[in-house]
Formats: sequence, C-alpha cells, structure tokens
Amino acid sequence: MKFYTKFDINLICKKILQEQLDKLELSYTLVGFSEVAINEAITNEKLKQLSTNLNSYGIEIVENSKSVLVQKIKDAIIEMVYTEERLPVSTISAHLSDKLGYSYGHLSNLFADVTYTSIENFVIMHRVELAKQLITTDELSFTEIAYQLKYSSLAHFCTQFKNTTGLTPSVFKRIIIKRRSPSINAPLYV
Amino acid sequence: MQNEPIHVLLADDEEDDRNFFIDAFKELKINVVVNVVNNGQELIDHLSQTHVSLPHVVFLDLNMPRKTGFECLNEIKSMDHLKDISIAIYSTSASEKDIEETFVRGANVYIKKPSSFSSLKKVLAQVIALNWQYHTSGLNRDHFLLSL
Repeated sequence: MKFYTKFDINLICKKILQEQLDKLELSYTLVGFSEVAINEAITNEKLKQLSTNLNSYGIEIVENSKSVLVQKIKDAIIEMVYTEERLPVSTISAHLSDKLGYSYGHLSNLFADVTYTSIENFVIMHRVELAKQLITTDELSFTEIAYQLKYSSLAHFCTQFKNTTGLTPSVFKRIIIKRRSPSINAPLYV
Repeated sequence: MQNEPIHVLLADDEEDDRNFFIDAFKELKINVVVNVVNNGQELIDHLSQTHVSLPHVVFLDLNMPRKTGFECLNEIKSMDHLKDISIAIYSTSASEKDIEETFVRGANVYIKKPSSFSSLKKVLAQVIALNWQYHTSGLNRDHFLLSL
C-alpha cells in the first residue's frame, strides 16, 4: 500500500518542541511559532541536551540576534501566508514593521544579508509553495486557488507561478500526477 | 548564507562546459565546493564511493557517452542513500518532452545551458539559493521543481 500525506509544519514543530521540553521537565512557554521562553534557570548541560535532541529533528536553537530577528521575520511571513485570513501582499511591509518594531528598510536589509534572498521573494516562494500544496491535493480549481491566495486574477497567479518555477500550474500538476503513477518504473524509451 | 560549504558535482563530457561551470562558481560569492566528472559512469562510480561526502546538488548533462543523464537519474533515484540528493539537469536540449520526462523521473531543476557566462552565473546562483531554501525553510521537497 502507498499513500500521500499532507501536513502542518508549524503544528509538527510545536509538538516536537513540547515533547522535547517536557522530556527534560522544563517549565516553558511557547511564545510564537518558533520562540520558546524557559521559565526557570537552565543548566548548560540541559541546554546542550535539548539542543542535541532538537538537532536530530533538524531544529536548531539560534542564538545570535540577527538570526533571531530573521527567524521572526520568517515566522511572521509564514503566519501571514498560511493562516486563513491571508493579508494582501501590499500590506506585508507595514505588517512586518508594526509587528517587529523595526523599519521595513532595516528588516529587509538584514533579511537579504542573512538569507541571500529578499523578503518579497521569500513571500512569493511561500505563496507559490502553498499553491503547489493546493494543486497536488486536487480539491480546488486554479481559479479557486488564485482567489484563496488573494491573487488579483487567475492570470496573475499563473504568471507568478510560471515566473517562480518555470512551469505553468497545469504542467506542474501533470508532473506530480505522473510521478505518483506506478508506471514511473517502466522503461523510458521502448 | 551558511557556514558549511555547499558541495556540488557536475557530470558533463564537454570540457569547455565543465570549465565554464567551475569558473562561474569561482566568480560567485557563495561558499561552494565544485567537483566534476567526465561522464555518467564516472558519476555513478563517484557516488558509490563510501569515503566521499555526498554532494548537495548534482548537475547532470543528459547527452553523455557510456551512461546518459537519463540512466544516471534513474539509478540515483532508485538508490536509498542517493535519492534525496537534489538533481539539476544541465542540458543543451530545451525540448518540452525532456523537461517533463526528467521532472517526472525525479529531477528538481532543469537548466537549459545558458548562452552567456553572465547568465550562467545568475542561473547557478539561483539554483543554489533555492536548493538551500528547500533545505532550511520547511518547504516540501517533493514540490521542488524549477525550470530555467
């Protein structure tokens, strides 16, 4: 038997964090998507243990303040893109600077320095990523996806998808469907 | 972008193409270690060695003697310890059929070999940056498809 899954990355991370923190019997509060406040003095050994345990899930404790702020920017963007009440893209700069308390110019320079991509590209990448998820779960038409993701039109959605991936939404969908079909193991040229 | 260097491996039988590829990475300010092999068989041999660290991205020419890019792609994707390596097809062909077929068979990126050195640099930087995003930003790697 073979099946496909869809998942909520944020929920997974939250669960893992909780499990690992509980395991070490720490008193903590989960502040945001990725922010953890430890409500007690933590020994270096325990912190090291926690860091090792989390590393095996690909979760890293970030310490330097630049990385922390970049992570906060990413969290805020992911929250905006993936939660139901998606904000229009035009309001992202205002939203980020309100939420994080820095000018957008500062945030965008810092982001570009650390990640080699711009905030705008990061937003587009995640919107397209969500679109891919919706396309492959096959429940919505392209028009519905465009509407859900707050694109101004189907054409705008298709253009951005093509500009980001080099493929049209229909070709993308066809490739994913073919990949999942069992005939993939058949010889290529007969 | 990262402290650890990104390892890339190119399999291409054209010496000029290999040299352009190496030069392009030299001029890009990214921390990348580039290795090259001359054909498909050498690629598979290289990846089968146990003491080498596996590349993060393999750039694969389609048209090679001894073992074609298609054959390499199939072999890599059928091996458990290799199938998670990102594969970027690097070919002179821009046929829709090749593009779609390689994606269906598990390639992540399809690059039509650029005609100028500056666009080559741009394309390679784009691939490395996106590959890195797919490793660090919680994106679904099954959906990592990029045609350039």
